[in-house]
Amino acid sequence: MTRYVVGRIGQALLVLWAAFTLSFILLQAMPGDAVLIKFLNPEFGLSADQVAEIRAAYAVDSNVVVQYGHTLVNFLQGDFGYSLQAGVPVSAQLATNLPPTLKLAGLGFLAATLLAIFIAFLSSMAPFAWLRNAIQSLPSLFISIPVFWLAIMLIQIFSFRFRLVSVINPGPWESLVLPVATLAVPIAAPLAQILIRNIDEIRTRPFVAVARAKGASETRLLWRHVARNAILPTLTIAGVLFGELIAGAVVTETVFGLNGIGGLTEKAVGNQDLAVLQAVVVISAAAFVTINLAVDLAYPLLDPRLRTGHGAAA
Amino acid sequence: MTSLDTFIHLTSTTAETSSRSGNRRDVLSVLRNFPYGLALAWLVLALVLLWATVPWVFTSYDPLQGTPGGQLKAPSALHILGTDSLGRDLFARIVYGAVHSLSGAIAAVGVGLVVGSGLGLVAGSVRGRVDEVLMRLVDVLLSIPTLLLSLSIIILLGFGTLNAAIAVGATAIAGFARLMRSEVVRVRNAEFVEAAFGSGGTFGKVLWRHILPNSLTSVVAYTAVQFGWAILQISTLGFLGYGAPPPTPEWGLLIAEGRNYLATAWWLTAAPGLIVVAVVLSANRISQSIGRSTR
Repeated sequence: MTRYVVGRIGQALLVLWAAFTLSFILLQAMPGDAVLIKFLNPEFGLSADQVAEIRAAYAVDSNVVVQYGHTLVNFLQGDFGYSLQAGVPVSAQLATNLPPTLKLAGLGFLAATLLAIFIAFLSSMAPFAWLRNAIQSLPSLFISIPVFWLAIMLIQIFSFRFRLVSVINPGPWESLVLPVATLAVPIAAPLAQILIRNIDEIRTRPFVAVARAKGASETRLLWRHVARNAILPTLTIAGVLFGELIAGAVVTETVFGLNGIGGLTEKAVGNQDLAVLQAVVVISAAAFVTINLAVDLAYPLLDPRLRTGHGAAA
Repeated sequence: MTSLDTFIHLTSTTAETSSRSGNRRDVLSVLRNFPYGLALAWLVLALVLLWATVPWVFTSYDPLQGTPGGQLKAPSALHILGTDSLGRDLFARIVYGAVHSLSGAIAAVGVGLVVGSGLGLVAGSVRGRVDEVLMRLVDVLLSIPTLLLSLSIIILLGFGTLNAAIAVGATAIAGFARLMRSEVVRVRNAEFVEAAFGSGGTFGKVLWRHILPNSLTSVVAYTAVQFGWAILQISTLGFLGYGAPPPTPEWGLLIAEGRNYLATAWWLTAAPGLIVVAVVLSANRISQSIGRSTR
């Protein structure tokens, strides 16, 4: 067991290191010198010596290998360099932009979970086949909707048509209603899909038939016996959901003008601010790897069938 | 990789429902069992393809030239989807925009298909250390959220239709590589492939004659799902302003432009978005039917 854990952690670190290297190759080692372009701008009125000094501070004039080592050491220490656009450390920018994103993502994830459970259980309890089919096709519809368009339509319908949510000077919670709803839809879709599939599959298992034969009602069957087994495998798509959450945050924050990590990312691309984008990419990859690692390590603890290593297939 | 999971879901859950087809062949049951949804999906894709190839057949308006005094007109018999802030016919812009969105998606899927399947084919056929390295590389690609990977490539290459397509295609590589590898490994272990090797087939020949054709069907189904996904991603990049520059009538850009007139002209955002949803849904439905027929 310890060997498995150590091996798995080593593998995660390897992937993370490779992701860092990939981002370095993509965003830093490519030709083009953003620092030179920015500071040679006559607006700054800097002398050639001063520019050279700044370039030395950014370590852009050394060769690629030195730059790579420099960046790697800095990243490990939590120093992500300077944002060329804002002129402040990237880590400071991330720190100020993180809380709104965490709030949005947390609430969005919560709403998505509730929505997915609602869809899954509604579909398994629907009395007619046509209704069940309609509910089961909801997730497919959800993943076909562009997130940015959904955000705009929600604004249009709830803010402009029905005037339910104010867009001008909304309260702190009122301003989160539509972004959270927007974010919930693309995340609920894969969750609901996997839940529906698991419920259908587990219902055919012998132990459910036994429980039914012993006189358990359909509702009790669903909640006591099926739900517990159906929810566990959703853990395996935690990493996928995280990716969706990031993409959703970029789009949602852009549409709603929220100042979070997503908005920061969008601005960084517009301004060619490589340092900011690289930091966001590496941190997201780290979070993704950590989530998958945690799921892999926690799964055997949560599912006793996996502990022995043989028997039921997961 | 959401699209891969979607794909697995699409092809797995529907397999059971299809088996319950009756033996009675009267007109009524034929009518009842006719796959209306699938037919509609093909119809939507065919229509959009026609828009991309011969847009002038569908509308007499110019997508770039507005009529003076005809700004922000609501949908009517004259302009079935209304006009935008410059008096341009929205329907004409959507029809002429099809070529930008579709060619972008096709280029993106092409990049993912060629590079991804190539990697998967090599990894699955050669195995050993090469396989190990290639699959770790795929893990790395998967560890970066798709939109961030696209943005990294966009910031590197610059904005534009082709660059956006490459950026989206790069995010599709990992999924294609994994699928192709698993298919090749599956087919490789089949008895008829062993027999082909046994009867003196060289590696290249067996690959071409036996392994490739047998692993192709699920790759084709996955390609259809990826196509829908690429349309979504391209429109997202277009919306953020990283794709084709204005006044190109790319669908994502159309929605972005309509955003400034939310209170006055709802049709400017609603119509292009609904088209995107319809195309993506159709692509997913078709992929589902291909996946079903192979299992």
